[in-house]
Amino acid sequence: MSASTIDLDVAAVVQSAIEKHGKKHDGLIPILSEINHVFGYVPGEAFREVRKQLHDPAEQMYVAESQLYALASFYDMLSTKPRGRHVIKFCENAPCHIVGGKAIWDALREHLSLNNGETTPDAKWTLVTTSCLGLCSVGPVLLVDDDMYGNVTPEQISGILEHYE
Amino acid sequence: MKTKRSMILVSNDPESIRLGANEIIQHLNESLAAYGLQDEVDVTTVSDINRSNILPLVVVYPEAVVYGPVKISDVRYLVEEHLYKGRIVNDLLAPPKMLTGQIGWLRTHKGYNPAEQRVVLERAGRIDPDNIEEFITSNGYEALGKILSEMTPDQVIDVIEKSGLQGRGGAGFPTGRKWRFVRAAPGEKKYIVCNADESEPGTFKDRIVLEGDPHLTIEAMAIAGYAIGADEGYIYIRGEYGLAYQRLEKAILQAKEFGFLGNNIFGTGFNFNIHVHAGAGAYVCGEETALIESLEGKRGEPRSRPPYPVTNGLWNKPTLVNNVETLANIPPIIRNGADWYRSIGTPSSPGTKVYTIMGNINFSGVIEVPMGITLREVINIYAKGMKPGSTLKLAQTGGSSGSIIPAVLQDTPMDFESFRKAGVSLGSGALLICDQHTCIVDLVKVLLQFFRFESCGKCTPCRIGTQRAYEIVERISQGEGNLEGLDTLLELASEMERASNCGLGQTATVAIRDMLKHFRTEVEAHIRSGNCPTGVCEMTKEAEKV
Repeated sequence: MSASTIDLDVAAVVQSAIEKHGKKHDGLIPILSEINHVFGYVPGEAFREVRKQLHDPAEQMYVAESQLYALASFYDMLSTKPRGRHVIKFCENAPCHIVGGKAIWDALREHLSLNNGETTPDAKWTLVTTSCLGLCSVGPVLLVDDDMYGNVTPEQISGILEHYE
Repeated sequence: MKTKRSMILVSNDPESIRLGANEIIQHLNESLAAYGLQDEVDVTTVSDINRSNILPLVVVYPEAVVYGPVKISDVRYLVEEHLYKGRIVNDLLAPPKMLTGQIGWLRTHKGYNPAEQRVVLERAGRIDPDNIEEFITSNGYEALGKILSEMTPDQVIDVIEKSGLQGRGGAGFPTGRKWRFVRAAPGEKKYIVCNADESEPGTFKDRIVLEGDPHLTIEAMAIAGYAIGADEGYIYIRGEYGLAYQRLEKAILQAKEFGFLGNNIFGTGFNFNIHVHAGAGAYVCGEETALIESLEGKRGEPRSRPPYPVTNGLWNKPTLVNNVETLANIPPIIRNGADWYRSIGTPSSPGTKVYTIMGNINFSGVIEVPMGITLREVINIYAKGMKPGSTLKLAQTGGSSGSIIPAVLQDTPMDFESFRKAGVSLGSGALLICDQHTCIVDLVKVLLQFFRFESCGKCTPCRIGTQRAYEIVERISQGEGNLEGLDTLLELASEMERASNCGLGQTATVAIRDMLKHFRTEVEAHIRSGNCPTGVCEMTKEAEKV
């Protein structure tokens, strides 16, 4: 999710995602996931592109934009709004909560001056809570982009975030 | 109070006493004193241990090492080696015994980790998951070969039914019966779906199975395909499990290369293919009809049932949906037989269970043990006790939709039947162990936050119910609650259980009920005296915080 990918051609990204996952209904979620991975979210233009490129009367393949938006807004790993260059996901479920999760969440919010779902003005960070990531034996857990951090203490927060440009 | 690092149990049944148990205790105490360990190690007795051939016995905790038969002349050496130097005395170990759920008999195989009985996780951590040859050399694909060459589909289902295997996803439905339903369902095209959308908070057993031994699930699906008459399978894996996804994709390619998947497997004319499908983040997709909707490229909103997936599943075809852990039991059952499987666990719940243990304990992680062991055994042996200064207050079993069980129930055997009788749910196998610093209101608030966030919103009782329930509990945690609110909570719970479309709304209420059943005084303290007994709740409104 570097800055240069923002300039990527939406049509080309959509095309390669469709080639990879097929012109089928069961490919819709993987296609949107792929687009989300490239841009950090699913841009409005991508919905139009996916509809257009999947349209195939011969195969009776029709997808409405609303249908695609319904998917993107339903699944938690997809976003319909632009996010920061780095997304911090913090697990808010009971196993992490019991072993000191709240202190981490407070430290994150304070360090970044963000609330849940917000993005910093310089578009560097987005902070969101997430449901269980399945890493419960090393809670509290947070995810920065695809990097996982476990057994996190409040003192470690600034050190962890320092790694990211 | 001094903390003890070890505990020694000596058998003191009449037979052991005849063989010198009392002298052993005396020598143990003398030897411990000689090494200055008398304050660190407790010596006590244990009776009736049902192993008359190896008496007298000496059991050392927390390692759960069983020595026997022990002679008086062994004692000094045993103390020096095990308790002073920390080395297990292999020569004195009691011979292993097939496990039946009695933890005292688990023998450690290496170092200080208590022994497990690994059926599902047999290979995880021992083979290279990316190398199919390592899987094959440890009996991999043997069960598939066996059923294709020696058994009819009905015989396969018979074995699974006789084994007594119950679904490990949480509901505990008899697996063999489900297979028979799908086999009997009319239609040429049928599907197998492996439910790897493990999203129940605190549960990561399926991830360990898939990451550590991906071919096991593939082999099991092919066996299931043969048994029910399906030629195509899907693994629906949650989007967060990137590594497991990659390993599965690689394993499927290898299996195709080696002819374990594809057309005409083992030259028998049986065809089977598997696709891996990644989810995109939605707890509700663990519900089988929501999962099927999601596989078809739709929002993961559960369908109305009946009809059930066994007749009308994926693309409206008969579909078998099984959890990863359930499937992972299949190849060992086929290889070793139903009787072998029934010799593990309890009569009503045969087999092992994979638990993920976490919370205020010394060891967190994944264990596989026979069905029927108790929570106390899990905490004292596998979790290596509560954290220093912690005492057990409650445990949450089976993730957010599971039960909150108070410390007094910790001796209930963990199997489907005993739990059902005690009115608690075994669920997915997550065990969240909480100490005295845990506030029940705060915990239930976190659980309800999860449900209101994850409710798919399709049906009203769940969408509105989880939200309203959260608000009531939040107000209690802010010192704004009232006693009528507790009645409202119970009314909401009844309506949600009665009217919700799927398990999410129906089980979101378990935490509410357990809170009011076991911890009502603590909840009422928040309301009556405006005071959180554990000091966890801030007792102020979010807006009023400075």
